[in-house]
Amino acid sequence: MIEPGSSWVFPRAEFPSLLAGLERAGYRVVGPTVRDGAIVYGTIRSVGDLPEGWTDRQEAGTYRLAKRDDGALFGYNVGPHSWKKYLFPPREQLFTLRRDGSASFEVTPPPDDEPPLAFLGIRACEIAAMRIQDRVFVGGGTPDAGYARRARSRLVVAVQCGQAGGTCFCVSMGTGPAVRAGYDLSLTELIEPGRHDFLVQVGTPEGAGVLADVPMRPATPADLSAGEARVARAAQSMGRTMDTTGVHEVLLRNLESPVWEDVGRRCLACTNCTLACPTCFCHSTEEVPDLSAERVERWRRWDSCFNLSFSELHNGSVRATVPARYRQWLTHKLATWFDQFGSSGCVGCGRCVTWCPVGIDLTAEVRAIRAADARAVPPEGGPAP
Amino acid sequence: MAARPRLAVWKFASCDGCQLSLLDCEDELLQVAGEIEIANFREASSAVVDGPYDLSLVEGSVTTPEDARRIQEVRAQSRRLVTIGACATAGGIQALRNFGDVEEFRRAVYARPEFIATLATSTAIRDHVPVDFELRGCPINKAQLLEVISAYLHHRRPTVPTGSVCAECKRRGAVCVVVAHGAPCLGPVTQSGCGAICPAYRRGCYGCYGPQDTPNTAAWTAHLETLGLAPDAIRRVYRTFNAGAPAFRAAGDAAVPEGG
Repeated sequence: MIEPGSSWVFPRAEFPSLLAGLERAGYRVVGPTVRDGAIVYGTIRSVGDLPEGWTDRQEAGTYRLAKRDDGALFGYNVGPHSWKKYLFPPREQLFTLRRDGSASFEVTPPPDDEPPLAFLGIRACEIAAMRIQDRVFVGGGTPDAGYARRARSRLVVAVQCGQAGGTCFCVSMGTGPAVRAGYDLSLTELIEPGRHDFLVQVGTPEGAGVLADVPMRPATPADLSAGEARVARAAQSMGRTMDTTGVHEVLLRNLESPVWEDVGRRCLACTNCTLACPTCFCHSTEEVPDLSAERVERWRRWDSCFNLSFSELHNGSVRATVPARYRQWLTHKLATWFDQFGSSGCVGCGRCVTWCPVGIDLTAEVRAIRAADARAVPPEGGPAP
Repeated sequence: MAARPRLAVWKFASCDGCQLSLLDCEDELLQVAGEIEIANFREASSAVVDGPYDLSLVEGSVTTPEDARRIQEVRAQSRRLVTIGACATAGGIQALRNFGDVEEFRRAVYARPEFIATLATSTAIRDHVPVDFELRGCPINKAQLLEVISAYLHHRRPTVPTGSVCAECKRRGAVCVVVAHGAPCLGPVTQSGCGAICPAYRRGCYGCYGPQDTPNTAAWTAHLETLGLAPDAIRRVYRTFNAGAPAFRAAGDAAVPEGG
C-alpha cells in the first residue's frame, strides 16, 4: 500500500509516469525549466521541459547556468523565480465595481477557473517560505480569498537538495536542506555510477494518489541512507552562513548604526531583493477606472518597501532615504517578523544576495552590524572602549 | 448634458510618436472622444476649435526662439498642462546638443546656415512654463496616457509608479540581464512604465523613461565599470533619450573624470 510515511524507489526512466499521474489527478504541473539563461518556474508538460543536465553557479550579484555531466533533472539551486508568483501573483484583479444606477455598486469577483497547481521540485527552504506566506495571507483574521483558494488545492512535490549554491544558507536559518514537513511527496534524486533513481517519500494521501501508476519498489535502508548522504552533502556545502543568535535584539538596538548609511550608499533601491524573496509580501492596490468612472477594477500588484512611494502618507514618504528603506527591510525580515508572525522572515535561500545587481549580501550586513555593535557595547563587566 | 472638457495636443521638437500613442488607443479612442472634446489635435484632424482648453498635452522640447514664445501661448490657453514623453519632459535625444557646439553643427550640416534659427539647447517644457504633470517615456505608454486623461477628467492624481524598471522585470518574470548575463542595463536607475520590454528580450534597459525617483547613479556607475564599461561608454549610456534629465545629466558628467 502506498501510504503516508512510506518510501519508494522508481528509476529515472519512469519519471514521465509521475508527470502522467499528476496530470490525471487534474493538476497543472509547474516546475523548473531553462529560459533566458536561468532556471525559472513554468508549466511542465513533459520531462523535456525540466532542466536535465543543467546546474547554476551563484555568487553575490551573479548567476550563470552551467552544464553537468550526470543528466540530473534537479541538479540546480533555487533561481530568480519563487513559487509565490503562483500563490500571490505579481498582478491580480481583486474585483470589479460597477455603478448600478442607484447610490450603490455591483461588485464582481474575478473568475475562479484555474486548475489546482502541482509544485514540482520545490526545495525545503521554499516550503518554509510558502508556509510563512500562508501565515501572512491566510493565518490572520481576514484570510485572502484568492491566496487561500490556491493554497488549499496545491500539491507539493518536493525535491531534497543534493548540493548547495554559493549564496545558500538554509542551514543557518533552520529551514533545510532536508524536507521534513509540508510536502505531499518528497523526492531525492539518487545518482551514482550505474544508477539514476528517485527516492520518493509519501507525505499525504493526495501524494499517494498520484503514484498509483508509477512502477516502483519499496525503498531499502540502503536507499534511505543514500538519500540522507546526498542531503548531508548539501548541508555541508552552504555558500553562506548567518549567525542568528540574538539577531532580533542586535538589529533593534542598532537602528542608528553607521552600517545603514554604508549599505545605503551601495543600495540601488531597485526592489530586486524583495521581489525575488519568496517571503516578501508587500503589495499595493490600485483602482483602474474606465474613462467614465462607471466601472472600476481593483488590482493588487507586487510592491516593495524599497520604493519611495511605498511609505508615502499625506505629503511625503516616511522612508525618504535609501538607508531608511534598507533598515526597514532587514529589521523586518530578521527581527520584527518574529513579533508579527512568530518566525524569521528569512529562509536562507540566498535569492536577495544573488539577484541584487550590485551583490549586497544580507549575511555580510548582519556581520557588519554585529561588529559595530560589539565595538559600541562592551562585554558585560568590561571597560568601555 | 454638461459640456465635455476640451483637449488640445501640441507638438514641439519631437518625432510625433507620443501623440500617436493617443491615436493608438484604438479600443478606447471612441470612449475618449465621448468623454472629452478633442478640440485641437492636428495630427488627427485639421478642424481646430479655438481655446481655452481644459487639458493640454504637450509633446516635444523647446529648441527654437519661436517655440520658446509659443509654449507661453499654450500655457496661457490651458487650464491643465501635461507633458508627454522624454522630449517634453527632459529635452529628448535632441538634448545631446546641450553637450556640443550648436553653431558648429549648423555650419557643418546646412548649406545656408543663416536660414536656421535655433537655440543652443533643447530644454524641457518645465524649464519654460509651470507643468501640472509629466508623463515619461520614449515613447509614452498608452495605458499610462489614458490613466492621466482619466485622472484629469475626474480631478484625481494619476497613478503612475515612479520606481525602477527592475520591478517590472520581476513582475513579468524576466531574468535579470545584469545578474545572469553581465549586460549593461539602466533598469535599476530608470523609472518603470515600459513594461520592461528590453530586458525581457535579453537587452539592457536604455533608460527611455528617465531616472526613477531615487536613482543611485553613483553606485550604478561603479557597477557598470566592474561590468567592463569604459568611462566614455558609461557616459553614453546615460546620454540618450533622457540625457537632459537632471539625474542622468549629472551621472553622465560624473562618469568621465575631469579633463577626461
